[in-house]
Amino acid sequence: MNFQGVRAIYTFEMARFFRTLLQSFLSPVISTSLYFVVFGTALASRIETVDGIEYAAFIVPGLIMLTVMTQSIANASFGIYFPKFIGTVYELFSAPVNFLEIVVGYVGAAATKSLIIGLIILATAFLFVDLDIQHPMAMLCFLVLTCLSFSLLGFIIGIWAGNFEQLNLVPLLVVTPLVFLGGSFYSISMLPQIWQTVSLFNPVVYLISGFRWAFFGQADVSIGLSLGAIGLFTLGCMTFIWWIFKTGWRIRS
Amino acid sequence: MTGIVSVQNLRKTYPGGLHALKGINLEIEEGEILALLGPNGAGKTTLISTICGISKITEGKITVGGMDIVTEYRKARSMIGLVPQEITLEPFETVINSVRFSRGLFGKPKNEAYLDQVLESLSLLDKKDARVITLSGGMKRRVLIAKALSHEPRVLFLDEPTAGVDVELRKDMWNTVRKLKQQGVTIILTTHYIEEAEAIADRIGVINGGEILLVEDKNALMARMGKKKIRIDLMEAANKIPNKLKSYDLDLAKDGKALTYTYDTKSERTGITGLLNDLQAAGMQMRDVQTQQSSLEDIFVGLVQESST
Ligand SMILES: Nc1ncnc2c1ncn2[C@@H]1O[C@H](COP(=O)(O)OP(=O)(O)OP(=O)(O)O)[C@@H](O)[C@H]1O
Ligand SMILES: [Mg+2]
Repeated sequence: MNFQGVRAIYTFEMARFFRTLLQSFLSPVISTSLYFVVFGTALASRIETVDGIEYAAFIVPGLIMLTVMTQSIANASFGIYFPKFIGTVYELFSAPVNFLEIVVGYVGAAATKSLIIGLIILATAFLFVDLDIQHPMAMLCFLVLTCLSFSLLGFIIGIWAGNFEQLNLVPLLVVTPLVFLGGSFYSISMLPQIWQTVSLFNPVVYLISGFRWAFFGQADVSIGLSLGAIGLFTLGCMTFIWWIFKTGWRIRS
Repeated sequence: MTGIVSVQNLRKTYPGGLHALKGINLEIEEGEILALLGPNGAGKTTLISTICGISKITEGKITVGGMDIVTEYRKARSMIGLVPQEITLEPFETVINSVRFSRGLFGKPKNEAYLDQVLESLSLLDKKDARVITLSGGMKRRVLIAKALSHEPRVLFLDEPTAGVDVELRKDMWNTVRKLKQQGVTIILTTHYIEEAEAIADRIGVINGGEILLVEDKNALMARMGKKKIRIDLMEAANKIPNKLKSYDLDLAKDGKALTYTYDTKSERTGITGLLNDLQAAGMQMRDVQTQQSSLEDIFVGLVQESST
């Protein structure tokens, strides 16, 4: 195992993050605050509680998840796509590092960034609402797992993308709808029966539900199912990455 | 004895079906400077990329320092430094961080003193904390070299290190390469400039159409080609070479209207002045004089043309 190599990738990627510190932190914080103002304040006057939870508090886990998922994908896909785009990727392939180490370096850095952002949003949320997190450890675990699994997904997208349009296509067409329809701002039980059934095919529902359980001790689907779903999702991404590794798909000619 | 880099029966076919390398055999000796010459699309970059692990081997075997580059890729690659043909660098990162990254990637522990020394030797020390984007093209190329040297490689590949580099800087680069050789680094460089190969290489390889046409010691090659010819067109046809001129290596053209004099550029005296004086003394009038140089260039062009037909 080339630990120095992993560390080099990780620190280099983190440096990119800190170089654009303001923009890295500020944009998610501002957009989250806007969500709070719009949904938490405006809608809260209409919807007072969901499942007995104050609406402004209810949306906190969904909001964090929303940001963490999109940030993980954006960071990880850009992290590996950019070297491909500017050509510096040659160095990775000529270095004594294997694909696993490359993945650990890039995905680790992307996951760290989105974890930091997630925690900052959580801190921002405390400014708007009173939160009493029921299962802090579970909350943290869920957050870390989500950062990791979506960074893995982002890494795959970054490897796959042949241009900047494609890089934005998957997040735009697939991920954002799934995340918005995954119950970030509502409980699945608020939907008509048919849409409740459809929603159960959306993997994001399980993640948000599980995360919400960690906050409030209650959820749309059982916590076991949520854990199973995120486990399955992570496994799926890892298998796909392993396959990329084996075949050199989109990497080495 | 296998060399520090040993390429055996290497074939490379790109996914599109293009045969870029057609059975390359090459042994590179430790400590030498090998220049690879070849026209555009000859396969120079493909050969280097394959040795360095960037492109997959279709068929054949490569070892570096005795290590197979596929099965023992970690050991093999940690010995190699690569300066690619295209300038590819993270634009917003600083010079030193880019170089640190390379060192780490190759599994070497931090060594700031060594990196400073590398930057110093490439006249980049004052640009250490500058962002890459603020550097000139020639400086960027030197940053690429610094990155390749950051992990103390035993073998250095330079893919057209002096393309688009001004004359001054080219001389500097040659000196850098010579210095590296003195430190025991084996260097393989590709170039389109024959003077470059002449100036710094120990051996010269010519590659075209995915095949190595020749690999030869530079001095032997130069000796073979160090002959020059002068063609002297005469005002009036001569039927034989006058006795006075017998001591010169002269050929008379069939029609008697031209003399060809072959001489060695490497010898102290070329004998040209003497010949011209003696010609006059023999009463032969010259219409025109042309020199024909058989240089590395000629051999190179000849070889390449031959192989293309
Ligand atoms: N990634 C690739 N996919 C398909 N064909 C390629 C690829 N890279 C190079 N080739 C082809 O392989 C052949 C050899 O190219 P290569 O880049 O090795 O030449 P070169 O000798 O380095 O040329 P130059 O002096 O122009 O740099 C060319 O015909 C080129 O079109
Ligand atoms: Mg080339």
